[in-house]
Amino acid sequence: MTLSTRTHIRFRLNDRTVTLNTLRPTETLLDFLRLERRLTGTKEGCAEGDCGACTVLVGRLNRDGVLVYETVTSCIRFVASLDGCHVVTIEHLKGKDGTLHPVQQAMVDHHGSQCGFCTPGIVMALYALWMRDAQPSRSTIEKALQGNLCRCTGYEPIVRAAEAMAEISQATSDPLQAERDDVRCQLAEWQTAETVDMGEGADRLILPANIDDLAQSFAANPKATIVAGSTDVGLWVTKQMRPIGPLIFVKQVEGLDAIEETVDGIRIGTTASYTDASAILSETYPAMRAYFDRIGGDQVRNMGTIGGNVANGSPIGDTPPPLIALGATVTLNQAGTRRTMPLEAFFIDYGKQDRQPGEFVERIDVPKLRNNEIFAVYKISKRRDEDISALAGAFKLTIEADRITDARIAFGGIAATPKRARHVEAALIGRDWSIETIDAALPAFESDYQPLSDWRASSDYRMLTAKNLLRRFFLEQQGETASLKRFAAVEA
Amino acid sequence: MKPIRGEAFEADATIRGGAHVSQRHDSAHKHVTGEAVYIDDMVEPIGTLHGCLGLSTVANGAILSVDLDAVRAAPGVVGVLTAVDIPGENDISPTGRHDEPVFAETEVLFHGQPIFAVIAETRDAARRACLKAAITYEERPPVIDILDTADDPRLVTPPLTLARGDAAAALENAPHRLDGTMRIGGQDHFYLEGQIAMAIPGEDGDVQVFSSTQHPSEVQHMVAHVLGVPSNAVTVEVRRMGGGFGGKETQGNIFAAVAAVAAKRFGRAVKVRPDRDDDMVATGKRHDFLVDYDVGFDADGRIQGVDYTYAARCGYSSDLSGPVTDRALFHCDNAYYYPAVKAVSAPLFTNTVSNTAFRGFGGPQGVVACERVIEEIAYALGKDPLEVRRANFYGTDDRNVTPYYQTVEDNVIHRVVDELEASSDYQARRAEILAFNRESRIIKRGIALTPVKFGISFTATHFNQAGALVHVYTDGSVHLNHGGTEMGQGLFTKVAQIVAEEFQIDLDRVKITATTTGKVPNTSATAASSGTDLNGMAAQVAARTIKDRLIAFAADFYDVPAASIVFSANRVDVGGHPMTFAELVKEAYVARVQLSAAGFYKTPKIHWDRDKGTGRPFYYYAYGAACSEVSIDTLTGEYQVERTDILHDVGKSLNPALDLGQVEGGFIQGMGWLTTEELWWDGKGRLRTHAPSTYKIPLASDRPLIFNTRLAEWSENAERAVRRSKAVGEPPFMLAVSVLEALSMAVASTADYRICPRLDAPATPERVLMAIERLKAAGAA
Repeated sequence: MTLSTRTHIRFRLNDRTVTLNTLRPTETLLDFLRLERRLTGTKEGCAEGDCGACTVLVGRLNRDGVLVYETVTSCIRFVASLDGCHVVTIEHLKGKDGTLHPVQQAMVDHHGSQCGFCTPGIVMALYALWMRDAQPSRSTIEKALQGNLCRCTGYEPIVRAAEAMAEISQATSDPLQAERDDVRCQLAEWQTAETVDMGEGADRLILPANIDDLAQSFAANPKATIVAGSTDVGLWVTKQMRPIGPLIFVKQVEGLDAIEETVDGIRIGTTASYTDASAILSETYPAMRAYFDRIGGDQVRNMGTIGGNVANGSPIGDTPPPLIALGATVTLNQAGTRRTMPLEAFFIDYGKQDRQPGEFVERIDVPKLRNNEIFAVYKISKRRDEDISALAGAFKLTIEADRITDARIAFGGIAATPKRARHVEAALIGRDWSIETIDAALPAFESDYQPLSDWRASSDYRMLTAKNLLRRFFLEQQGETASLKRFAAVEA
Repeated sequence: MKPIRGEAFEADATIRGGAHVSQRHDSAHKHVTGEAVYIDDMVEPIGTLHGCLGLSTVANGAILSVDLDAVRAAPGVVGVLTAVDIPGENDISPTGRHDEPVFAETEVLFHGQPIFAVIAETRDAARRACLKAAITYEERPPVIDILDTADDPRLVTPPLTLARGDAAAALENAPHRLDGTMRIGGQDHFYLEGQIAMAIPGEDGDVQVFSSTQHPSEVQHMVAHVLGVPSNAVTVEVRRMGGGFGGKETQGNIFAAVAAVAAKRFGRAVKVRPDRDDDMVATGKRHDFLVDYDVGFDADGRIQGVDYTYAARCGYSSDLSGPVTDRALFHCDNAYYYPAVKAVSAPLFTNTVSNTAFRGFGGPQGVVACERVIEEIAYALGKDPLEVRRANFYGTDDRNVTPYYQTVEDNVIHRVVDELEASSDYQARRAEILAFNRESRIIKRGIALTPVKFGISFTATHFNQAGALVHVYTDGSVHLNHGGTEMGQGLFTKVAQIVAEEFQIDLDRVKITATTTGKVPNTSATAASSGTDLNGMAAQVAARTIKDRLIAFAADFYDVPAASIVFSANRVDVGGHPMTFAELVKEAYVARVQLSAAGFYKTPKIHWDRDKGTGRPFYYYAYGAACSEVSIDTLTGEYQVERTDILHDVGKSLNPALDLGQVEGGFIQGMGWLTTEELWWDGKGRLRTHAPSTYKIPLASDRPLIFNTRLAEWSENAERAVRRSKAVGEPPFMLAVSVLEALSMAVASTADYRICPRLDAPATPERVLMAIERLKAAGAA
């Protein structure tokens, strides 16, 4: 099938349509809003997607054709990736008559702003929360605010405002309710199987329409940078100012974000976001829920993709440790030719993955747990939420008649790549499922890993904690309380 | 609503938004709609250029060569600036010590020190061009850590000694004695709005600078100094900052100076807004300290003598390190009486960014070490630390002289602590926690109740002055200006409430305006918690001046006694004849009464002789206490704060809602300092935690799960501070010490509370776990 090609980007910005015939591929949404459109309500706090001051909403039609709005950090989101979307900024929230939106009014009433610089981002985060849950619990509120830093208030009044949102009033003037049909029609109209191809040389940007188109485009331009959620690539631009063009954007590629249940597991398309993937992964592997909730904040989970997380080969890797422990495989695609390998084999060395020029990660397959398999994954970081792991460890053991018959253990953050603990596994397999076995296996960690010291943790701490996580796994399986649960006390 | 003379005056019993009522922040609506204008949001003049600083890539070394040709040739570049391009002095040291250049000339003394600036058509072009600089250095080994200074302990500024009584003899003769060391980490301000300045050149060599600064007068002086022009050629303005916390007291100077130099050089407006990473690398932070203590005490835990050394990492220049390290000593007593005390400071030179003011200004470090000493005594005697705290509290009639010979005259710590102990149910919960820890193998809990006493005033006495300018227009609306700056704390709202109360008009009749050196000159930094005390009083004085003129006019005009003229709720009763405020104002105008006044205030009673270490540096003290409970995971060192109860003294609150916000926010910021906020330099002196991805300030989910904050409603300032209120910016910050000591108790539980664990700050999960491991090793030995 020959696809038609378009040479412009179009999206809706608040209540206007934006069409761009020329566009720097790495132009960020934040700079576009502030410098081009003079929409200065959206702030730059860090330019790396960590503080949330630049939070805006992006609306899109999801796989089921439903219009959903998600928070994103506009500082590391490229404008080109918004093709066919609806961008909503703080300027759009107030009623035409000047009435504050309930979310804004609650923030005023509860003294939720002091210096006010984080406030637009916080309001947008709470607005997204309000749309899906107008009477959120404290844990839901905290989760919605994981991606927003406030240095003044200590958050207490913001949480009080979030709890009060529902009481203010029905939002008759809520812009995204009033315009919903209009927006849905416009976005649906834009959903055509077209490839976008604009610019020349390093300034070229391509938005392939489907997987075959992507495979052909990348094979033809193997030096191009693939951009999915841009939660990592965004920083190459804003912090390192690296020339990375031409760019191939993949988030809009039809079907590439599919998540499906297969006979023996879960198949995750490479551009499935953390948010979307965690929903089904947490159902299938309940131990994943708390872990996913501690990866980034909502904005990053909405943008970031599972495939991007795997493909960028971080030694820490949020998803690789649990996926490796579960026995996941990765499938790559090069010009339509596919190959599949165990995920751990993909990571060759620091900064080196088993990926050929023009080849991309297409999907991950994760097998389901069998009845005799137990699984857990833990993350250790300086701050509980929205922090990069000092280390993360995942454990899957097969227990038959109180004996460990198989073990898959993988850690991130303590080696050059996410890596299995083969010596530890060997020290466990074939032995009793007992604390004696666990204790006897601990020294094997030192054969598997030689962690580094850096700003996240010392080598000693990483090693000690890696061992203790195995002990935690055992103790928790025995029913002992061996980790902290923030809301167990007040929401039980 | 505009009542006509003689009718309907009874409607308003009180004005809206007067003093002592909760009132939203004046910009709250603008904050939540994104309409509040910060400097980067201002409409830029046509042709505005953008600057980017070129920073040193080594921590210590001679500059051998600077090749900026490729920078100049980069797209969009208009020019570069180095030290030779500075028309005046290449110096922005705030205390006049001449140790802080705008641009390094022959040597660099920290990684991240500015060497040059690129000025370009866009910010992006300036940043990209900056990368093309080729600078060579002859590197020297850097002095990074406090411990690195042992061989060559250079001081950046003279140290201070406080001594009262014979500490050595008291230590010698005490029934019990112990000593120890504690490390207390620094802290990045992480104001959400980074540093920024925009300079616009004017005629006659003038320049107007919009600067995100807590100290417009200092920026004015620095810019004049660097340009080589008189101060009257420079006007500095700031409407609001996106957070300051002390980080914009002196650290905005360089950005303003570079913007101003470039604006004059190129004849165009110039904006300098560093990227967050550059901001964190190139600007100063809270000082980290290494504190040694030696204490003698009796069987009740009463301290008989104590000796402290407070060694501070000051960085490569003095900046405010002198007064900061002085204030650490001023708070080495926290709320406790020392019969004999010696405390010395060591403001050490290091090849790191020059540390600066940060909420509490050295006081928190003084308090943390002091509280550690209390904990040590408690563990040594097997007592509840609260008992030891109480045994050492300042008395009211005796045992009330500080190490600097000021008598504590307004002590309310006993009442604050007693009330909090009861309301937090401290005793019962502590008993429960002790029982819990006996049963729970992996999870342990801790609880601590810690007090705060904090001295209010700039210790440099001459800074305790302020000015304000109030205009009343003929329609009765009021224009308010003063020397204080708004950084989120609500200063503008509180001062406007004071003025509204004075004139007895609704708060919305008082227009809040941007701070500018052109209206109120020679101001002090909005710092030391003094913003409302000083500027509120100055504004009150100005308003009273106008009010007195109105009264004199009305008494004369209507021929009534002055005492019969009463201002109340948007009206003025002139000897039984009611009229609106606006009517009186209009009549006064027609009679040619001046309706504008400057107000001035200086804090009474204070004096300080630094050489002798004696005086009364503080007008009064603010008090508070917090009780925090934590849980820790002894396998990983992870923790969470289960509950915090706070009772804090703000005197007679001018605005309880805003004051509560300061208390809650200050507590969480202090908690971040003592828990997850870790500054980490590598062996080459590079700060590697220079962005929010690596430097972790608290999130909503780090708050105490249960968080009860109350103001001591019964309190009134014993001194005649503005409307008997008390300062609130800094004191609550130290309430967070309760979290550190609660963590310490949870750690200590792993060795049955026999040893006071050494738990340095920040108590990251790693430090908590390693403290447990050390207790294990000590137990095994």
